[in-house]
Amino acid sequence: MKNSFKIKSFLILMSVLLGVVYAMPNFISISNNNVSYSFLPGKKINLGLDLKGGSYLLLKADMEVVFEEKLQGLLSDIRYSLRKSKIGYKKLIAKKGIVSFEKRGDTPNEKVKSAIIGLNKNLIIDNKNNKFFVNFSDLNKQEITKATMTQAIEIVRRRIDETGTNEPSIQQQGADRIIVQLPGLDDPSRIKKLLGKTAKLNFQLVHPSISSDDIERGSNAPPGYVILEEDKNPSRLYMVNKRVMVSGEMLKDASPTFDRNNSPSVSFQLSPLGGKKFGRVTGQNIGKPFAIILDNKVVSAPVIQSQIFSSGQITGSFSVQETNDLALVLRSGALPAPMIILEERSVGPGLGSDSISSGKIASVAGLIAVMIFMLMTYGIFGIFANIALFCNIIFILALLSLLQATLTLPGIAGIVLTIGMAVDANVLIFERIKEEYKAGREIIDAIESGFQRAISTIVDANLTTLFAALALFSFGSGPIKGFSVTLMIGIITSMFTAIVITKYLVLAYSKKRDMKNYIFQD
Amino acid sequence: MKLLRLIPSNTNIDFLSIKKFAFLFSILVISGTFLSLFLNNLNYGIDFKGGILLEVRAKNYEKSNINELRNKVLTLKAGEISIQKFGKEGDYLIRIQKQEGDQKQQIAMIEKVKLLIDNDYSIRRSEFVGPTVGDELKIAGIYAVSLSLLAIMVYIWFRFEWQFSIAAIIALIHDVISTVGLFSFLQLEFNLATIAAILTTAGYSINDTVVIFDRVRENLRRYKSKDHYYIYNKSINETLSRTVITSVTTLIALFIIFFFGGAVLSDFALAMIWGVLIGTFSSIFVAVSILTFFDINKGEKVEDQSNVPEYERDN
Repeated sequence: MKNSFKIKSFLILMSVLLGVVYAMPNFISISNNNVSYSFLPGKKINLGLDLKGGSYLLLKADMEVVFEEKLQGLLSDIRYSLRKSKIGYKKLIAKKGIVSFEKRGDTPNEKVKSAIIGLNKNLIIDNKNNKFFVNFSDLNKQEITKATMTQAIEIVRRRIDETGTNEPSIQQQGADRIIVQLPGLDDPSRIKKLLGKTAKLNFQLVHPSISSDDIERGSNAPPGYVILEEDKNPSRLYMVNKRVMVSGEMLKDASPTFDRNNSPSVSFQLSPLGGKKFGRVTGQNIGKPFAIILDNKVVSAPVIQSQIFSSGQITGSFSVQETNDLALVLRSGALPAPMIILEERSVGPGLGSDSISSGKIASVAGLIAVMIFMLMTYGIFGIFANIALFCNIIFILALLSLLQATLTLPGIAGIVLTIGMAVDANVLIFERIKEEYKAGREIIDAIESGFQRAISTIVDANLTTLFAALALFSFGSGPIKGFSVTLMIGIITSMFTAIVITKYLVLAYSKKRDMKNYIFQD
Repeated sequence: MKLLRLIPSNTNIDFLSIKKFAFLFSILVISGTFLSLFLNNLNYGIDFKGGILLEVRAKNYEKSNINELRNKVLTLKAGEISIQKFGKEGDYLIRIQKQEGDQKQQIAMIEKVKLLIDNDYSIRRSEFVGPTVGDELKIAGIYAVSLSLLAIMVYIWFRFEWQFSIAAIIALIHDVISTVGLFSFLQLEFNLATIAAILTTAGYSINDTVVIFDRVRENLRRYKSKDHYYIYNKSINETLSRTVITSVTTLIALFIIFFFGGAVLSDFALAMIWGVLIGTFSSIFVAVSILTFFDINKGEKVEDQSNVPEYERDN
């Protein structure tokens, strides 16, 4: 009996010490951040963006655009496959998510189908008489989305890294969304601009005889040509050859520079393969204009003066910042899909630190007020409850640091609320002891059975509250998730401190003294 | 030291005798909620309806003027806007409805406002929520509240009898509805934090209810010869001291958040203060009163009564 008491004392002391050690880094000031607590194992609590300041962006990849592009790809694949299988066809078009064509001649339908299914076994193929309809199955779309997202996240990360933002966090959410968190950055407008461009760069020839002045908006382009707007001046139109001479994928490097007239421009380097191709086309078209096209808009359309191989310059009416950004997005590669900003939340550092300080004041004031109340209500037992409450706070801080859970402003409210609610378990126990004592039990018996009976109530009551907290967690958007985490941790630690620490203190005390004078007066 | 005593020991208040008045009160609150929802709806924040929110601080607060700021923002012709004081002198919240057109227009509007007031104000916080996200959050909020209610109901059903779980869930729905009512009546902003406040309130209220039910269950086994009415009243009285003390400590914490926690949290604290009050009320009057409509089995006779003091044993 005596030994087990010693072991208990030791275990409780150890757990509290462990709590103190892990909670400690949070009490050491930020100024000597790196050095002074290197001897402690724990880390500081991870503060949410609403406390440390920063930006949160929720992006969505516009998959419709990608599916449309892939459908064009599917169309050329089908054309190739039909030709290879020597199947005659007409009216091969891609429209509204479906590639359709009519077969010529009397090739068996099965043969047509098998030629197409050879491309991808998950395609959906329907036919009505001689008409065939091919579209992507959900499985195809999932695969496309998955591949697109992996690539998109990579490109988003590269672009953000290039801006030199500290510790950005970029995560996929759901099937087609990306969460970008940028601590310390309270004005994300540059990032938004950078992510707003897909940055698909193409060099394409311009029609040699139809000049910009001859094109009327809405007129038809000759076969193989397309009408594009100028980026800075949408009223100016160009007749551009559909064939892409060189695309941005062949780009090796890009950097901001100045052209001969000393206006900002971007110089680029092509890969060896790209250089070869570019050299061949420019060599054949000296004296003719070609268009530099970014995201389907013409940046500029210079005339080819001489054969160009692996390096060149993109000129246009740019500002210096624009050439910086353009070089950056070209270097980091094109986004496979346009990004739509669904949600944006930015908090400046001033508001964050204000929130932290008011959170601290509220926590300390709440703690002191509740402690005074408990002391007034329960006397010496109140002191025990207060010790337990204090340990509870330490455990909460330690667990938050240990789990590296994110503490948000509502999370701080959760801690203060926990301070208020945590004493509930103690109150339940004390009230029960009082009852048992009044019912005529010996004091030690009353304490023992008071604890025993209160525990089942405490567990029932706290588990149900835990369900509410779990629901909050699953609902979980940013700050609310932080709140539910602190609430859950608070529920667990308050059960532990009441059942273990308070009980230990009360029993240890009752062994030494005659409690009758101390316990509840009536 | 003389100890503080909020509730005298051995209270014997006949709570159930005022059951009718309590029901009347609840019915008034609930129908008031629906009336208010019908007349005022809820003041949805941008979390749910989408739009733009900026928290700004005047660089020179003595010169700042809410009307001047409003007129300035009105020049943008951004549709419905609202500007209110927020926290300290010179701090304002600017809300702008979601813009016509696609996402790009929305994002561009934030930049426009920033540019417009950049000289006189610093931006402390800016938020933009697109309409799709708003709708999703709304649905997620409804799911979260319903799911937690369901989970709580199932748990209580397992731990107690089914009658208890019905009574508890009615009391909880009562709390949730009346908290929503408070937001509609006072036209407080209904946002993500509000959902958190409602769910925490529900957690607190069920905690209270379970404590009383636990005692009811125990007393049902103990006093087999007494009628239900007596047992319910006795259970409420026995747990009354705890109910009041816990409410007081929780309210202390909440009032401190309300006064010192900053402007962002004050509505949140207000919702919870109301929630604790209504939750305590509903545990005593709604949950237990509903039990009186059922004929709850007192269970097997407890055989081992050695733990029960002699004069309390069931004969």
